[in-house]
Amino acid sequence: MATSASASLSKTIKQQYMELPQGDKVQAMYIWVDGTGEGLRCKTRTLDFEPKSIEDLPEWNFDGSSTYQAEGSNSDMYLIPAAMFRDPFRKDPNKLILCEVQKYNLLKITCTKLIFLYLEDPTLKTNLRITCNKVMEMVRDQHPWFGMEQEYTILGTDGHPFGWPSNGFPGPQGPYYCGVGADKAYGRDIVEAHYRACLYAGVNICGTNAEVMPAQWEFQVGPCEGIDMGDHLWVARFILHRVCEDFGVVASFDPKPIPGNWNGAGCHTNFSTKEMREDGGLKAIEESIEKLGKRHEYHIRAYDPKGGLDNARRLTGRHETSNIHEFSAGVANRGASIRIPRSVGQEKRGYFEDRRPSANCDPYGVTEALIRTCLLSEEGEEPTDY
Amino acid sequence: MATVSSSSLLNKAVRQQYMNLPQGGKCQVTYIWVDGTGEGLRNKTRTLDSEPTSIDEIPEWNFDGSSTYQSEGSNSDMYLIPVRMFRDPFTLDPNKLVLCEVLKYNRLPAETNYRHSCNRVMQQVKEHYLWFGMEQEYTLLGTDGHPFSWPSNGFPAPQGPYYCSVGANHAYGRDVVECHYKACLYAGVQICGTNAEVMPSQWEFQVGPCEGIEMGDHLWVARFLLHRVCEDFGIIATLDPKPITGNWNGAGCHTNVSTQQMREEEGLQYIEKAISKLSKTHKQHIAVYDPHGGKDNMRRLTGLHETSSINDFSAGVANRGASIRIPRQVGKDKRGYFEDRRPAANCDPYAVTMAIAQTCFLDPTEEESKKEESA
Repeated sequence: MATSASASLSKTIKQQYMELPQGDKVQAMYIWVDGTGEGLRCKTRTLDFEPKSIEDLPEWNFDGSSTYQAEGSNSDMYLIPAAMFRDPFRKDPNKLILCEVQKYNLLKITCTKLIFLYLEDPTLKTNLRITCNKVMEMVRDQHPWFGMEQEYTILGTDGHPFGWPSNGFPGPQGPYYCGVGADKAYGRDIVEAHYRACLYAGVNICGTNAEVMPAQWEFQVGPCEGIDMGDHLWVARFILHRVCEDFGVVASFDPKPIPGNWNGAGCHTNFSTKEMREDGGLKAIEESIEKLGKRHEYHIRAYDPKGGLDNARRLTGRHETSNIHEFSAGVANRGASIRIPRSVGQEKRGYFEDRRPSANCDPYGVTEALIRTCLLSEEGEEPTDY
Repeated sequence: MATVSSSSLLNKAVRQQYMNLPQGGKCQVTYIWVDGTGEGLRNKTRTLDSEPTSIDEIPEWNFDGSSTYQSEGSNSDMYLIPVRMFRDPFTLDPNKLVLCEVLKYNRLPAETNYRHSCNRVMQQVKEHYLWFGMEQEYTLLGTDGHPFSWPSNGFPAPQGPYYCSVGANHAYGRDVVECHYKACLYAGVQICGTNAEVMPSQWEFQVGPCEGIEMGDHLWVARFLLHRVCEDFGIIATLDPKPITGNWNGAGCHTNVSTQQMREEEGLQYIEKAISKLSKTHKQHIAVYDPHGGKDNMRRLTGLHETSSINDFSAGVANRGASIRIPRQVGKDKRGYFEDRRPAANCDPYAVTMAIAQTCFLDPTEEESKKEESA
């Protein structure tokens, strides 16, 4: 059986416990990105009150040596609450809290520690939220909106795509995209449960569809302004993993889970500013695309957690991808790096779609790169240190 | 499924029909106690004519100690003395769970009744407002004794991705954790958090802050709830400190400690004083930090897998390889608490908290003269 042992535990029993009243206690589950830049971790604490805003939540800490983030001899790391959502698993009044990770607490240093600070950067390679937030603040008045299309593949616990024959392959791609029927759509329960859980939680999920490869699906989050895009997408991913865990299957964001004539998985990123959304905005769209055309390598490095190595397996120029080595743009062109939707081309305003980010990208990294190149007009291989 | 119990496969909808029956004014009270192994928990239930509003209304009881490794058959009656009451999350209000101390036929504490002497010590150090928080680690096993959800004739991928994880390929048995958390909250047990641990199928919950004798009371009841929840699901929770040998983490019961002085401004000096005293009594503490005089911990405290070596005492800020860890925040704030990482998962919390209270806050010469007085 390709589902986990945990999924076979009695859910009737579970329901009985989950319905127990909890007095005035509230469970707050703190969530963070681990040292791989892709993995999510979580732990829970009891609060004596229901937090009404992020400011109500205490900072916390964890053992970074167990998450690829620190050595055992010096392993305490801090969790700084950044965004709060309702908990669709434990339900109200319980919360999910997305957190930033810091090596030590910037707010509580004394003068003698300042010298130490200059030598060691408290931010982590995998906490991309800090610089993303800084850059988003700089362009606040342009109201940058994002929508990200998260593709993913459902696998059994044996690592094989869910619903595929155990020692083989389904019929070739063609009938599966937006398909219906047990021979076309594998694992819709997960999609439906995830959609509802996101709506409950307050995640800005705006749609779902079955994808081209069987057992592959997509959900879209947005429009989100600024830092919200990364926050909402990371929590949507957490909710997906948690829903899959309940069903006993695994969600994979690997950008090319099955080599050969099977689609990869991306995270197409739609982008617009106030100017682009207004009359004549197409001009601003074209200016941005021109800037992006001059900085292709920098973006490729930012668009997956391995500096482009993951995308090298996916961006082949086939299966509706552009080639990783070349930058291209076009109206309604799914083989290009940037696609301008046909309606945008006609109305001469709207948004554009960057099709390069991989499914396992860090949304903070992706949205930050777009702001730096398009709105802050940066050039060259390295981001500017403001 | 081969590794869950037959009981868990019985029809729960049928069970629910019966559990929904009203019970008039009667109240079911389940008495819980620690048996002769010092690790096992026992329980039996009686009907009372009305809901008890406090522990004083719950009568003493007795049981057959020869069936719990606690007495000989020829003189087997032992006493159950109610000490703390909780709501019952299994049969629900108005029913109760009652933690009990065990006395022998002559009204002296049973051998594994460490609560009695712990309570005496906690009374003596009352003015310190001594708080504890204990981090209970445990491993879920199938009824075949193999860790739950591990491949039946093998091992999962090495440790790394499991701590605080999410996903069916990383987190094994979360239902148990979720249900246990809710059960504790309902019962009134002071559960303050949970997380997935480094070894797959291993989890942790934390109980506290509890003052004095409450620490042992709340932790023992939390353990009872854990075993009972697992029983419902048909799997097993083990508190063995090293369930799988080799490159797999053991299970501990890290004990966090503070007094009012330590929690106040410049409290760090009192923390350092306490650690200094602990450094001189390492062997005595190791002897009471598991139910087998240190033998269980020998399998766990190797110096690897975030443990200190059983032979040496060490302390350090943010150092998970030391016997005592001072959290980084405490080092900065210069006040707070410290963490004793030595107790094994199957320790008796009364024995642990008593040893810490005695070593750190009781003058040994005072203790000696008290012992002489009572002899």
